[in-house]
Amino acid sequence: MSYKGNFKIWRGDDESGGLEDFIVEVNEGEVVLDIIHRLQATQAPDLAVRWNCKAGKCGSCSAEINGKPRLLCMTRMSVFTEDETITVTPLRTFPVVRDLVTDVSYNYQKAREIPSFAPPKNLGLGEYRMKQQDVERSQEFRKCIECFLCQDTCHVIRDHEENKENFAGPRFLMRVAELEMHPLDTEDRVREAQDEHGLGYCNITKCCTEVCPEHIKITDNALIPMKERVADRKYDPIVWLGNQLFRRGSHKR
Amino acid sequence: MKAGVGAPGRAQMSERTFRTDRWRTYPITTGAILLFFIAYATVRIFMNQWYWAPEEHYLTPLYSPCLSDSCVPGSSHFGTPLPEIPSFIPMAFITFIILAGFRGTCYYYRKAGYRSLFLAPAACAVPEPHKKYTGESKFPLVILNSHRYFFYGALIFALINIYDMVLAFHGKDGGIGMGLGTLIIVINVAMLVCYTLSCHACRHIVGGRLKNFSKHPLRYRYWTFVSKLNARHGQYAMISLVTVILTDAYIMSVAAGWITDLRIFN
Amino acid sequence: MVQVQVERFDFDVVVIGAGGAGLRAAIEARQQGKRTAIVSKSLFGKAHTVMAEGGCAASMGNVNAKDNWEVHFRDTMRGGKFLNNWRMAELHAKEAPERVWELETYGALFDRTKDGKISQRNFGGHTYPRLAHVGDRTGLEMIRTMQQKIVSLQQEDFEEHGDYEAMLKVFPECTVTELIKDGDRIAGAFAYWRDSGKFLLFRTPAIVLATGGIGKSFKVTSNSWEYTGDGHALALRAGATLINMEFVQFHPTGMVWPPSVKGILVTEGVRGDGGVLKNSTGERFMFGYIPDVFKGQYAETEQEADGWYNDQDNHRRTPDLLPRDEVARAINSEVKEGRGSPHGGVFLDIASRLPADEIRRRLPSMYHQFKELADVDITAQPMEVGPTCHYVMGGVEVDPDTTSSTVPGLFAAGEVAGGMHGSNRLGGNSLSDLIVFGRRAGLGAATYVDSLERRPTVAESEVDAAAHRAVSPFDWPSDGQAENPYTIHAELQQSMNDLVGIIRKEDEIQQALDKLVELRERAKFVAVEGRREFNPGWHLSLDLWNMLLVSECVAKAALMRTESRGGHTRDDFPSMESRWRNKLLVCSSDERGEYAVVVEKPQEPMREDLLELFELSELEKYYTDEELAQHSGRAGQ
Repeated sequence: MSYKGNFKIWRGDDESGGLEDFIVEVNEGEVVLDIIHRLQATQAPDLAVRWNCKAGKCGSCSAEINGKPRLLCMTRMSVFTEDETITVTPLRTFPVVRDLVTDVSYNYQKAREIPSFAPPKNLGLGEYRMKQQDVERSQEFRKCIECFLCQDTCHVIRDHEENKENFAGPRFLMRVAELEMHPLDTEDRVREAQDEHGLGYCNITKCCTEVCPEHIKITDNALIPMKERVADRKYDPIVWLGNQLFRRGSHKR
Repeated sequence: MKAGVGAPGRAQMSERTFRTDRWRTYPITTGAILLFFIAYATVRIFMNQWYWAPEEHYLTPLYSPCLSDSCVPGSSHFGTPLPEIPSFIPMAFITFIILAGFRGTCYYYRKAGYRSLFLAPAACAVPEPHKKYTGESKFPLVILNSHRYFFYGALIFALINIYDMVLAFHGKDGGIGMGLGTLIIVINVAMLVCYTLSCHACRHIVGGRLKNFSKHPLRYRYWTFVSKLNARHGQYAMISLVTVILTDAYIMSVAAGWITDLRIFN
Repeated sequence: MVQVQVERFDFDVVVIGAGGAGLRAAIEARQQGKRTAIVSKSLFGKAHTVMAEGGCAASMGNVNAKDNWEVHFRDTMRGGKFLNNWRMAELHAKEAPERVWELETYGALFDRTKDGKISQRNFGGHTYPRLAHVGDRTGLEMIRTMQQKIVSLQQEDFEEHGDYEAMLKVFPECTVTELIKDGDRIAGAFAYWRDSGKFLLFRTPAIVLATGGIGKSFKVTSNSWEYTGDGHALALRAGATLINMEFVQFHPTGMVWPPSVKGILVTEGVRGDGGVLKNSTGERFMFGYIPDVFKGQYAETEQEADGWYNDQDNHRRTPDLLPRDEVARAINSEVKEGRGSPHGGVFLDIASRLPADEIRRRLPSMYHQFKELADVDITAQPMEVGPTCHYVMGGVEVDPDTTSSTVPGLFAAGEVAGGMHGSNRLGGNSLSDLIVFGRRAGLGAATYVDSLERRPTVAESEVDAAAHRAVSPFDWPSDGQAENPYTIHAELQQSMNDLVGIIRKEDEIQQALDKLVELRERAKFVAVEGRREFNPGWHLSLDLWNMLLVSECVAKAALMRTESRGGHTRDDFPSMESRWRNKLLVCSSDERGEYAVVVEKPQEPMREDLLELFELSELEKYYTDEELAQHSGRAGQ
């Protein structure tokens, strides 16, 4: 049940690099990360790859396989034919460190720019009460394993380096949505989503949803609802008028 | 290649994409369908005729409601508040603005259009050709945030279409009757209603904008229902596009006398 | 020649490890006003804690109001076969609820009960539903919550100092290789950046070890590459002691197929939610494996067991939820006796017990894990499972209240600390251990720093020595064969798995010790190619020394303990002996970490009011007559 598979793996650093050919043994039931590990143990001991849990739970081994952003540990070899050449490259949206490892610090920087959960001041330990149906929306977003594949595939920054400054990316716009929908968060995050975190850059082409290994409906459940909330606040004269007349929404702040 | 995936610091590779699957299929087929609809609709609205099949009481959704003095007798279900319209102006321009506006600003069609017509991007992780990109953060694309108004409009038009559908059960000899056209209209209306109700703006309005569902049990139920429909919004968008064209083409053919409506009874 | 340039940083507290315990310790130290660093081998937020699925045990009593800290304490002691450090078990049971509630104030979203409180689920060894959880990704929720709390503290610091990292800095992908002392106290830590290979020196009076476990010394394990026993080895080399190292928990349900995922965990939540273990004949075999000490506490018929899920007051729980060591041994026996599944495990069946939708809702990540890794639909087919090395109960010997080791300035919390779980940890007690003792470690370190009159200093000679040791794998031996670190690692894993694994024998352990001596000699000639930038071969070479040292502690302690208890099963001494209950095996090593020594030490007797929480009849199963002579139940007789 084992065969010799053809691989092209990108090796190099921030100055130069290219695809290198390898022929490696592939066994039944293996994933691409197993092959990379076999390469390390047999042919290329210094091949750099980032990984951790090998079970799709930590989101470390993000790379691009045949041009698609994927987790190395969750891509089974059985989805390829035996004569197919499999190309593995590092994420192409972030600076490369070495081989398959990229510098993902952009994401940690963006994480810091999102104002944190603002708990209610009047509740003590053990006094939080939230209904299951109220936490479910945010719970979906909290499944995120921060593999940053959505950030990698998003053309807003993948194809336009200059947008990195003004765009938080799907992962962190989803974080804004998560807090906005958190039943006990006291902060208003709507205007900031558009003005500070670049929600308007998103053109909802859904690539983030397509690549999400946790199958989070990022676009439908986080980004579009945020866009609608922004529309409430910024682009909806009826709501605006309603707020003026009945002073609704003032309790939200 | 200095920009995008070729930007300094990123892993340098010669290929723009290493995708080996048939990623071009979606933008090409979707683009073709969209362009066909645009072409068909443009030709059709300038025809200003063959929208009403008087014997069968079929009114095409592209011309409904017919509100001007130019309307052929029997087609105006809501009277004719508007004066006669010169023949070079599409008499169904209101209908067209609302329906095209609803679809044009729809979150699904935005995806479909950006991918297939603007190649921004054509497929995931395939570099787009544009030098600069600001998305929907600036004029003119920021206008797409007006989707909900077109939704309100489309909702009214959906009700009108339902009314038209009821009239389409008119028998040729009076009383109740039904033809193949009636059946097509029913299917089309069903798809239009699904498409309209599954809209993201609708999902937001019925309950999505709430922070606490538990305080609004009824709206939570609406939201849950719309959310289920919403998961198939893209499918409804494409199916209803096809059913609208088919319905219109069928009614046009009957009205023009090219074919005879197949009557099921009366 | 090696370039020895070292970046230097000054901190009040350095936390090594960014899992649950490390993050909680760092939060506490920063809140106590200490400049704190978090050093992590992985990226921030990737720690092994994310693998914890089932939940976090805390007797909040939200689902069953009868629950309280005393019941939790009793369950913990029972699970650990009364070898636990009772003071740690007491603190843990008392403080866990507050620590969980605290997470809510950081933004955690646990699953809820109908009245809006934190929902709690059943788990092996816990009397009442006790585990706060989020589906089956509770560990991820805890890591993300604390990660985000740290970001929020950094935002506060930014407001105040204009620098996010003024008070709390994360060093991701950075490995500590050496602890440096000034006299007998901690003075600093030497580390390298994994990506650039450059060196760093932390000058700090207090270090919190929160490095997790040692599972990567075993072949079949649920642990990730990080689990190389770094903290255990660093502590040993710094002069601290380890206890209970013979107790290694084998989780009964790991995946057994396909080979590449062998060992990956299948959460106990599957059984908590109704899943049952079956052998190849379809028999629910656990009914035949209820040990004497648990007789009377578990259901004896399938009917009673099935009734328990819905009505716990009138039914006893299913033996599928016996403590992990019992279940692991039972599976091991079934497979040995030829009633295993095709790939050498047993069947875990939830498909026939719950509707498909319900399974997907309650166990979403299990559903995906099997679907995507093994192409098995758990809503339609049973899973194949078998024991996998999961957790080490042993660790740094610490003071329960401050988590201080025997070395001043060195603290330990979480899996790397020993004592809390005795000979066997209950599921769900790990996540609560992390936050209870993580906080205490942060507090203990901060208090220690305040008590110092003079900051310790780092001698340059120590820095040079650490740097030279770190780069030594790049020196190819001038004579003799260079060794491949991957080969040595594979051989170590194989022999620990086969010879010091779930069932142990004197001659096999002896063989393992001989093998360890051989591997240690060979490890001196490990040499790697390439440069220092993100070089996995080099990283493994450095980790290898830690694994070898810690494995020696495990094997030596396993050889000395001539009884079976919890996570230590001796084929040649199959019964539990009361005279061993009170004995701790303490491991120490020389300064260079070349060899380990294990000695016996008696444990401090349990405080009387705690002892009174147990029925005399139960204590009699574990304690010797002399130990119970003073018990009120006997004194009256």
